[in-house]
Amino acid sequence: MDQMVINSGDTAWMLASTALVLLMTPGLAFFYGGMVRTKSVLNMMMMSMISIGVVSVLWVIYGFELAFGYKANSPWYGAISFSGLGGVVNDFTNNGGLYPIPVLVFAAFQLMFAIITPALISGAIADRAKFTSWAVFVAIWSTLVYFPVAHWVFAFGNKVGDTVTGTGYLAGKGLQDFAGGTAVHINAGAAGLALAIVLGKRVGWRKESMRPHSLPLVMLGSGLLWFGWFGFNAGSALAANGIAALAFMNTQVATAAALAGWLLVEKIRQGHPTSLGASSGAVAGLVAITPACAFVAPWAAVVIGLIAGILCSLATGLKYRFNLDDSLDVVGVHLVAGIWGSLAIGFFGASSVNSVGLDGLFYGGGTGLLAKQSIGVALVAAYSFIATLIIGYAIEKTIGFRVKRDVEVSGIDLNEHAETAYEMTSSSRGGSIL
Amino acid sequence: MKLITAILKPHKLEEVKIALQNLGVKGMTVSEASGFGRQKGHTEVYRGAEYTVDLIPKIRLEVLADDAEVKAIIDVIVKTAATGNIGDGKVWAIPIEQVVRVRTGEQGSEAI
Repeated sequence: MDQMVINSGDTAWMLASTALVLLMTPGLAFFYGGMVRTKSVLNMMMMSMISIGVVSVLWVIYGFELAFGYKANSPWYGAISFSGLGGVVNDFTNNGGLYPIPVLVFAAFQLMFAIITPALISGAIADRAKFTSWAVFVAIWSTLVYFPVAHWVFAFGNKVGDTVTGTGYLAGKGLQDFAGGTAVHINAGAAGLALAIVLGKRVGWRKESMRPHSLPLVMLGSGLLWFGWFGFNAGSALAANGIAALAFMNTQVATAAALAGWLLVEKIRQGHPTSLGASSGAVAGLVAITPACAFVAPWAAVVIGLIAGILCSLATGLKYRFNLDDSLDVVGVHLVAGIWGSLAIGFFGASSVNSVGLDGLFYGGGTGLLAKQSIGVALVAAYSFIATLIIGYAIEKTIGFRVKRDVEVSGIDLNEHAETAYEMTSSSRGGSIL
Repeated sequence: MKLITAILKPHKLEEVKIALQNLGVKGMTVSEASGFGRQKGHTEVYRGAEYTVDLIPKIRLEVLADDAEVKAIIDVIVKTAATGNIGDGKVWAIPIEQVVRVRTGEQGSEAI
């Protein structure tokens, strides 16, 4: 290891990528915040912000070790250690092989994924969760669900010489998930489904209007997500190289195609392409290409994105059939597009574009890869759903998860945060300091 | 003295205001309002879910006038605000008992 030197190009790109991925979480706050009513926009945005606060601290204390430590040599978790990252400051990144970037850069990069995943779940329970209970949920869920699942999927083991130790279960089984279709999006989507069941419907759901209060905020949010996602996907190459370039281009074209696909469905079904549809389509495309971005050719990324846009625009209507108030369509967008993107590798995977990739069904690789992908999808979805149901009900039975009816009706911002987002009239500007 | 109240389509406010100023009207109060009449509401679609919006944004314009001027003012408002489409609004006048200008204490017609 002593002959290894830091590659400044790779390290610079990873530092930039890390900051890009952090920006996705405030971006998500805008995306979700614009979709709720004026009385709950601050709470909605705060549910994302508190994830930054809670998860960053847990990550330093034990989260990184639990996900990417290899001492336990277990396929299910990394290492149980409370070293606070103190012992690794001078190490290089080792994840199935050595990378010429400091491990702290890798740890910071992966932290941003750990932050946004619980934040994604919050859209399923908009307007109605106690804020402190949500913060407790984020801490427990990260510990019991995200950190271990990140190990299953993203931990390729500590490679010394020819020996690799501590490889995650799904990584070892050959699951291809470049940037988190399973660990991030299916994980968050299945958890969102579980929490929507635990908390129940909002007061007045389907009876009163719950229109998005600010579509420009939604579009701002989707723009920030798209921008940050280049770090999420292309940064997952852990290097400034051709694989990063492939992931970058695929991220762009899949997202563009999904945006167009969603609008096409709206134009045909309702007659009007909407701004919410464009924003939602973009996010659906980003989600779908996340696992596949470094394993498929750009033309395939267009197909994956287009299908994601069409599929998700149809899927978001299903919650009304199932009478489930997944308020901001975490299931319809993240779970559905996450599953589609993860399985799509089984069809479009091409070893010609990535030497560590495998050929999917359309490239003569048979169904082997599709089977591996299906196992990964099913395992992560099932574990996340069941674990989240248990954590959710445990919180509901102990400290309570849902706010009182009055709080929900009069506005969660005022009651949970003692703030309101907007001064609607000039006459409300008065008041005195106590 | 009468209080004339007009409910207008928001985009007609500017035209009506200028027409009233040309007629010699010295003051008015404008506020944002919402409501419905024969127009009922309209439908908006969000991620495929349809919402009926029945309270539509309108402008509420109020003018105080001497009895003799009321007819001319109402005529100008109606003429200017009309587009011929449903939802153009309404104008009505009601009698006023007392008007006082706050700064000077002038009363009645003097205060208009």
